[in-house]
Amino acid sequence: MQHVSVLVGGETGYGVSDAGVMICRLFCRLGYRIYMYNDYPSSVRGGHQFVIVRASTEKVAGHSDQVDVVLAFNQDTLDVHKIRFHNHTVIIYDSEKVRIDGISQPSYGLPLGKILEEEGGKPVLGISCMMGGLCKALNIDWNIFEAMMQKHQTETVKKSLKIAHKGFEMAQTVDSLEVIQQPLLPVLSGNQAITLGLLKAGLQAYVAYPMTPTSPIAELLASLEPDIGIHVVLPESEIAVMMMALGYSYMGVKSAIGTSGGGFSLMVEGLSLAGQAELPVVVVLGQRAGPATGMPTYTAQTDLNFVLHAGHGEFPRFIIAPGDAEEACYWAGVALNKAWKYQIPAFILADKTLCLGLFSFDLSLTAELKEEPPVLWDGQGEYKRYQYTEDGISPLAFPPVEAQVVKTNSYVHDENGITSEDPADARAVADKRFLKEKNLAAELKDFETVKVYNQGKTALLCWGSNKGVCIEIAKKYGLKVIQMLVLSPFPEQALTQALQGIEKIISVECNGKGQLVTLVKQHGFKVDDQILKYDGRPFSLEDLENDVKKVIG
Amino acid sequence: MNRLKTTAPITWCPGCGNFEIQNSLEAVLEDLQKEGVPFKKIILVGGIGNHAKIVDYFHINSFSALHGRAIPAAEAIKLADPDTKVICFVGDGDTYAEGLEHLIFAAKRNVDITVVVHNNRTYALATGQFTPTSQKSFKGSTMPYGAKEDPFNPLELMLVSGATYIARGYPVRSQHFRKLLKEAIVHKGFSIIDVLQVCVTYNNLYTIYNKNLEEIEVSDPASFDEALKVIRSWNYDTGERPIAIGKFFEADRPSYEENYSRFKAEKGDRNKMMKDALDRLF
Ligand code: SF4
Ligand SMILES: [Mg+2]
Repeated sequence: MQHVSVLVGGETGYGVSDAGVMICRLFCRLGYRIYMYNDYPSSVRGGHQFVIVRASTEKVAGHSDQVDVVLAFNQDTLDVHKIRFHNHTVIIYDSEKVRIDGISQPSYGLPLGKILEEEGGKPVLGISCMMGGLCKALNIDWNIFEAMMQKHQTETVKKSLKIAHKGFEMAQTVDSLEVIQQPLLPVLSGNQAITLGLLKAGLQAYVAYPMTPTSPIAELLASLEPDIGIHVVLPESEIAVMMMALGYSYMGVKSAIGTSGGGFSLMVEGLSLAGQAELPVVVVLGQRAGPATGMPTYTAQTDLNFVLHAGHGEFPRFIIAPGDAEEACYWAGVALNKAWKYQIPAFILADKTLCLGLFSFDLSLTAELKEEPPVLWDGQGEYKRYQYTEDGISPLAFPPVEAQVVKTNSYVHDENGITSEDPADARAVADKRFLKEKNLAAELKDFETVKVYNQGKTALLCWGSNKGVCIEIAKKYGLKVIQMLVLSPFPEQALTQALQGIEKIISVECNGKGQLVTLVKQHGFKVDDQILKYDGRPFSLEDLENDVKKVIG
Repeated sequence: MNRLKTTAPITWCPGCGNFEIQNSLEAVLEDLQKEGVPFKKIILVGGIGNHAKIVDYFHINSFSALHGRAIPAAEAIKLADPDTKVICFVGDGDTYAEGLEHLIFAAKRNVDITVVVHNNRTYALATGQFTPTSQKSFKGSTMPYGAKEDPFNPLELMLVSGATYIARGYPVRSQHFRKLLKEAIVHKGFSIIDVLQVCVTYNNLYTIYNKNLEEIEVSDPASFDEALKVIRSWNYDTGERPIAIGKFFEADRPSYEENYSRFKAEKGDRNKMMKDALDRLF
C-alpha cells in the first residue's frame, strides 16, 4: 500500500498526541507526506481524544473519515469511531481496557498494563507498545522505527524499544506500507511553521498571554530563548501584550504577539494605537469556535470580519491566511517584513486546524525568506518621526539617537510627533495611512496573493486551512481551487485573474455566515453557492465531497 | 527658548499643579545630564489625561500611549534597552482605575521604570468625574451629591505588590518634590511617586494640603512595617490628619530586566537556527 490513515484514540492526557507525532515521523522516514488532525476536548485529563494521521505519496493537508488502522487505548475509540472503520481496518487495542465484542475486523489485543509492569515502564510507554504493533501490522522495517526512536526518545529509548518489541511480537502483518523514494521531510505543526517564519524574518521579541491554539508558539520560543536572541514576555493580560509589543516596536525591536479571538478582543484598543502611531506589530491569531468561550479546542473561521474591522478609526492592515505549513512559514515572515516596511499591524490569520495540525514541511516549496530592513532615517538634518514622504513611509529611528528625539503619539500629530488638532494635520496623517495601504497593495501584486490549483469551469473558493481538503476534492471532480491568501489589502486584480473562464463559484468556509463571501462581494465579485461548516470540526474529505456533490449536482 | 521645550502650546489651566511637575522634571533632567545621564537616554511615556500633555512639552524622546496603558509600553521600552531611563507620567483615573492591573504587575516584576502619578483625584480632562482616590465628599459631575465610594490607598497596594521605591510628593514644595523625583528616577527597580497634583478647576485641594501636609523621614526605608504604617496614616480623606509626604519605602531587589541578561540580546545566525530547528523536527 502507498497510503494509509491511522486513528489513535484514548483518554486526554495519556499521550495520544505524542503517539500521533511519532507515527507522523515514522511515516515521514518511509518517504511519505503526512497530515495529522488532532481532536481533543478542553480538559487536561478525562475526556476522549483522538488523532488521525494520513500518509500519502503526495502532499496532503486534510483528514479522512475512513481509517485503515486503529490504535485504541480506550473503549470510546471503538464505540465513537466505529463509523470510520471499513472491512479491512486493523484494530490494535489495549486488551485490558477495551472490549471488541461484535468487531469483525482483524484485531490484536496488547495487555499494556501487564507488559509495562513486566518491563517497569511508565504508562506513557504504552504508546511504544502500540507503535510496535503498528510496525508489525504494516510491515514497517524495525530499523527505521528504531532510528526514529533513538532520535526522539533519548532517555527512555532502550526501555521503549523493548516494550515496542513486545507489541511487535503480538500483532500480525496485514499489509505492507511501501517505502517511497523521495526526499524525507520534517514534521511541523502550523504553530511551529509560523514561529520559524517569524524567526527567519528577524523576530526579536514575542509577547503573549496563554490561549489555545497559539500557546505552543510561546512555548517553543521560550525553549529557544537561551539559544537565539529573542525575548519572550508573558504579561498580565492581552491588553498588556499588545502595549508591550508596541513599546518594543518603538525601540526598533521586531515583535509578534499570539492569541485567539477572545484574547484579540482585549488587544483591539492597542491595535488602534498601532494604527495611529504607525507602530508595526504582527498578530498571530489562531481562530477557534466562539462566541465567548465557545469550544476552546475546536476550530473555526469566524473571525475574518472581526480582524478586517477591529480597532476604532481608519488604518491599514495586512492580513494573510496561510493554508498549510509551508505557507504559514513563508507568509509569517512576509507579514513581519511588511509590518515593518509599512509600519502597520499585520495578521497571520490561522485557525486551530492549522495551528495544531501536523504537516510534512518542504522548505523547497517556499520562496526564500529573508529579513528585509525597514526604511531607516539617513541621519541627515532634524529627525521627524512622522515626516511626510512621497510613499507615506516616514523613515524610522530608534532611541537613543544622538542630538535627536523620537516622539510617537496616539493623538493626531504633526510631523514631529507633537499632538495636534489642526484639520490639516488630521487629514495629512489619515492620507499618509491610506497612501501606505495603496503602496502595500501595489507591492503585493508581485506576490501570489491568490493561488489557483487544478483546472475546471467550476471553482471552489477558500481561505486558510480548507486549502488541503479543497484541492483533493477538486482533483477528484475536475474543479478549480481558488485560495485567497491575502485578505487585506484586498487582491482584486489577482482574484479577477484567477476567475478567468470560471462559470460557477462555490465558497468553502468554516463559519455560518460566509465571511469570505461577504468580503469578495464587497469588492464586486459574485459567489454562486456556499458550503459552510460551523460545528468546530474541519471538513474531512468525505464531508466536503458530500457537500460538493450536492452543489454541483 | 529652553532647550528642553518644544513648540507645543501649553494648555493647562493657570494654577494647575502640573506646571510645577513640569518645572521639576526639567530641573531633574538637567541635573541628571550633568551627572552623566544624557538626554537621549531619557524616554518619557504618557497615559491620557491633562497630565499626559507633559510629554509633548519636552524635547525628549516620548511615547504618548493610551489611557491606562502607558506602563506596559514603558516596561517593554526598558526591556528593549536597559540602558535607558524610562519615566512614565500617568493620572489617577488613568493608572489607579483603568490601568491598575499594569501598575500592580510592573511593581511585582520590579521593572526599572519610574511611575509619576499626577494624582489630582478627579478625571480632569474628562471634566470632573470622581476617581479611585477622590475624597468621599467630592461632588463630581458623575456624583453630584457626593462620591458614593470611599477612596482606596494606592500606595498600600504598591507596597504589597512589590514596588521597591514608594514616595508621595507635593510639587508646591518644589525642593522636596525634586529630591524625591530624582531619587525615584535614579533608584534601580520599580519606583512610584504619588504626586498630590492639585486640579484648580475640578478639585482644588490647595488649602487642605497646605494646611495638613507634613514632610516625614522614615527611620528605616527598607522596613515594610514602617512603610505600611506611614502609608496607612492617611487614607485620601479630607480630615484634619497630617498628610505624610516623603520617601516611604526603598528596597534593593533584582530588577526584571536583569533576568533577561541571561539571554543574548543580539540576533544569532537565523539561517543556522532554521536548519537546526528543522533537523530537530525531522
Ligand atoms: S483641569 Fe485641572 S488638571 Fe486639568 S489642566 Fe486644569 S487644573 Fe490642571
Ligand atoms: Mg486625574
